[in-house]
Amino acid sequence: MRVAGKGLIDRSRPISFRWDGTTYSGFQGDTLASALLAHDVRMVARSFKYHRPRGILSAGSEEPNALVTVGRGADTDPNVRATVQEIYEGLEARPQNAWPSLSFDVMAVNDLAAPFLGAGFYYKTFMWPGGFWEKLYEPLIRRAAGLGALGGEAAKDQSEKAYAFCDLLVIGAGPAGLMAALVAARSGADVILADEDSLMGGRLNAETLSVDGQSGHVWAGQMVETLRAMDNVRLMPRTTVTGAYDGGTFGALERVSHHLSGVPEGGVKDTFWRIVARRSVLAAGALERHIAFRNNDRPGVMAAGAVRAYLNRWGVAPGKALTLFANNDDAHRTACDLLDAGVHISGVIDSRPDAQAQGDYPLYAGAVVTGGHGRKELEAISLKTQTGTERLFTDCLAVSGGWNPTVHLTCHMNGRPTWEPRIASFVPTSGSIPGMETAGACNGAFSTAACLAEGVAAAQASLAALGMKSASVDLPVAEDTPYAIAPLWAVPGKGRAWLDFQNDVSVKDVKQSAAENFASVEHMKRYTTQGMATDQGKNSNVTALALLADATGRGIPDTGTTTFRPPYSPVPLAALGAGAKGKGFAPERFTTSHAASVEAKAPMVEAGQWYRPSYFPVQGERTWRQSCDREVGYVRNAVGVCDVSTLGKIDIQGPDAARLLDLVYTNMFSTLKEGRVRYGLMLREDGYVMDDGTTARLGPEHYVMTTTTAAAGQVMRHLEFVSQALHPEWDVRIMSVTEHWAQFAVAGPLARNLLSGVLDDPLTDEAWPFMSCGPVSVLGVAGRLFRISFSGEHAYELAIPARYGDSLFRLLVARAEAMAGGAYGMEALNVLRIEKGFITHAEIDGRVTAGDIGMARMISAKKDCMGKVMAARPGLVQEDRPQLVGLKPVGPVKQLSAGAHICSRDEDAVPTDDQGYITSVGFSPTMGHFVGLGFVKAGLGRHGEVLRMVDHLRGLDAQVELCDPVFFDPEGGRARG
Amino acid sequence: MRLPCPICGARDHREFYYQGAAVMLDRPEPDAGSDVWDEYLHLRPNVPGAHDELWSHDAGCGAWLRVTRNTVTHEVIGAVLASEVSR
Ligand SMILES: [Zn+2]
Repeated sequence: MRVAGKGLIDRSRPISFRWDGTTYSGFQGDTLASALLAHDVRMVARSFKYHRPRGILSAGSEEPNALVTVGRGADTDPNVRATVQEIYEGLEARPQNAWPSLSFDVMAVNDLAAPFLGAGFYYKTFMWPGGFWEKLYEPLIRRAAGLGALGGEAAKDQSEKAYAFCDLLVIGAGPAGLMAALVAARSGADVILADEDSLMGGRLNAETLSVDGQSGHVWAGQMVETLRAMDNVRLMPRTTVTGAYDGGTFGALERVSHHLSGVPEGGVKDTFWRIVARRSVLAAGALERHIAFRNNDRPGVMAAGAVRAYLNRWGVAPGKALTLFANNDDAHRTACDLLDAGVHISGVIDSRPDAQAQGDYPLYAGAVVTGGHGRKELEAISLKTQTGTERLFTDCLAVSGGWNPTVHLTCHMNGRPTWEPRIASFVPTSGSIPGMETAGACNGAFSTAACLAEGVAAAQASLAALGMKSASVDLPVAEDTPYAIAPLWAVPGKGRAWLDFQNDVSVKDVKQSAAENFASVEHMKRYTTQGMATDQGKNSNVTALALLADATGRGIPDTGTTTFRPPYSPVPLAALGAGAKGKGFAPERFTTSHAASVEAKAPMVEAGQWYRPSYFPVQGERTWRQSCDREVGYVRNAVGVCDVSTLGKIDIQGPDAARLLDLVYTNMFSTLKEGRVRYGLMLREDGYVMDDGTTARLGPEHYVMTTTTAAAGQVMRHLEFVSQALHPEWDVRIMSVTEHWAQFAVAGPLARNLLSGVLDDPLTDEAWPFMSCGPVSVLGVAGRLFRISFSGEHAYELAIPARYGDSLFRLLVARAEAMAGGAYGMEALNVLRIEKGFITHAEIDGRVTAGDIGMARMISAKKDCMGKVMAARPGLVQEDRPQLVGLKPVGPVKQLSAGAHICSRDEDAVPTDDQGYITSVGFSPTMGHFVGLGFVKAGLGRHGEVLRMVDHLRGLDAQVELCDPVFFDPEGGRARG
Repeated sequence: MRLPCPICGARDHREFYYQGAAVMLDRPEPDAGSDVWDEYLHLRPNVPGAHDELWSHDAGCGAWLRVTRNTVTHEVIGAVLASEVSR
């Protein structure tokens, strides 16, 4: 219920929302949790495993119970914590993991079967029979134990990634964080202040404490406004810093629009930030822990600090007759604040015999709560006092087992926290994250004065490390109450006392884990699933390991903690992967002929990041093969035009350009004459083939290398390595010019005729013999011509600055069509090169040597080259290596398939009889049958032999004859003529 | 992780291509013998601590760097241009 005169909500702005089908109203500033508590809605969820009724426990992102589903359809957000979901007009939320309803959940029968479902239950029960796990047990368990479901429609793409840089990142905007940010900002540092809450100020917004004589939340508000006005400060509310990574890099999730009714036009729901900070201050506060006792999970049992927050920040009393159970002084503040607000306190139970009442409420010192009563809501509690037992009627029990510093981020780079007996909890170990200072409650400093002072000190230390002078800032006056606690983890007694509410782990489970010798903290975690739910056990981990320490007799420091890993709180995959869906997954590279190819209805295929035309269909063709055969015919009989711009083009210039080429190619390029082109083979340093291609010498110190499309990046990096790292003394410069030139193959008997009408000067065989190159004028535009052939025909490649590529392609194709030719795509290009036995990366797949492809003699004996030494290793030159052969079908089955294996005709087609494999196939309209390339053991000497091709995947079995890989025009007269 | 490129400044590691140990800088003579070449190509000490390694600033200036990095803590101790490593 609402308490008059309390809270920071705006009561002039009522908001209506729906929960579980019913309409409620709240106020601007409410979370779903505070608004539901204001309406005395207690039970909001069913637990994961036993489907026990659960209510709101906390007031922050650590909430284990109140997971709800927000929105519908494509807008569904499951597993939203009601404690962080701000309400907005029209918000629609509903419970999850309950059927048919929250109030009557059939799976609650699990709770009765609990004796059989304890720790290790899955491991013990579902071991056998084999196969049952996947088919039966897992689907059953997944249906019974679950979180919320997705909406069933593809989510809208409403996330983005962003990057930020700063001198100082301050994580947490409570008193420590605000002071650290102010000192750093006043000193001139670029500051980012991030806080997961919508309202900065941390616990100051949840307390009635004063700072500098004013109400704490007023002081915090003024600090925030001061910081907001400064140019060197970026405030990031609703932003959780989720992970700390190497080099001062942090991940952070900003919930941009979850508090709005719909994402604004052009806006996003979430932004995942990568923040790079030279220094950081962690001021993440502390999380309150529970005390385990029988039925301590009943709706109405809450964290004492959360009850105080609901009262002071949201003006809500979560009950009419409140009780408290604590082992520390801090919790008494809750009683005092409630009393001041006029809420009835039925009793404060403090386990410490020397506890003192701090207000006019009944105190049970030296007493413990032994059990909660009521099923769907808390109705009463049982006490064990120093003199006997008692029963108190209460609808809300506020529990505090003490506070655990939020050390999580300090452990993200393998740091381990240090046990601090003073607060009976862990504090960060200094230096765990390079460049990070810790301040305030996350450091174990629990008074407001200590938080303020530590914030200043952390900023000063950071500024000193940045080499900046610290501005002087007056330290505000605030309370400095000492923290007094006597550890109490669990109340002994019968029945189940809960630790991890989200995963339904009880005290008994932890003890059983120790008894069954899963005694290391990491083993206990996995055996019981303690801390493995979406809240990562923020309320319960320390308690669980304290109980484990007790059960094993090792002590807490020796028991240690489990490893905290990013993210601190859940991050939607949509935010992590923002922008990388569909076409956003990889960049697309388009050639200058792309538009013309698409207009011609050519299906575009991916070649790395490039898109290339597969074939150019004409009316009446029903299959791609018909198009391909026709296009092959263009080149063999008339003239074809193909965009080859995707091949890597590397410009190499300088006095030592030739030396570089001599080192990276197996063959000589220093002897290449100007105006000539040579085929080159490149090895990796381990002796295997890296790439091949042609390189043209345009001038005494100027070469242009072409690489295959696939290896362009690798070759570029390789050249840079050789020139920068191995021979920095050489005077040579390398530049990728792939995008700068559009390059088109013009191939076929009529190629010269076609080009003669495009080039400004006559194209004669004398001036332009096979393998020549040079500058040309293309209708007045300076271009380059290379007389090279990848089809075996009389052919040229014409290069022109890319801005002319589109018009030149259209022109060349139009002229080719006028000569009974036309454009050809990848399919025809592939058939043409297989007919000629030309290799691609289908053949040079990283496992073949120069000898394997019949090019052993291309490794020059006159010079060193990359890979030469290792290419001579015995294993790389042995006789029975698979060697490149041509293949043609000779039996009744006339088809070949790439990827098929070659084996003997009379043996079983099993791996031990494997003789080789097929790398490339195509139907050759020129030869009238399928042609293929492949590698067969000692294949160079086996031409004429008939073997068997087996493709188990496609169900093909054919007789094949090994032959020379050059099927067509073996003398090469057509290319030269 | 951030790498201090001497040309571009500190940049995110995703801009770089990782090659491996910086021993690749010391290419043996062709006649150094198979043991030397085997070691150059294949044998790598798995150093816990400061480790010299090669990174290429592919998505930046294209420079090859010799980066010294602590393999235990991931601390990047320094980076120099491979072309300026004295040999
Ligand atoms: Zn760079």
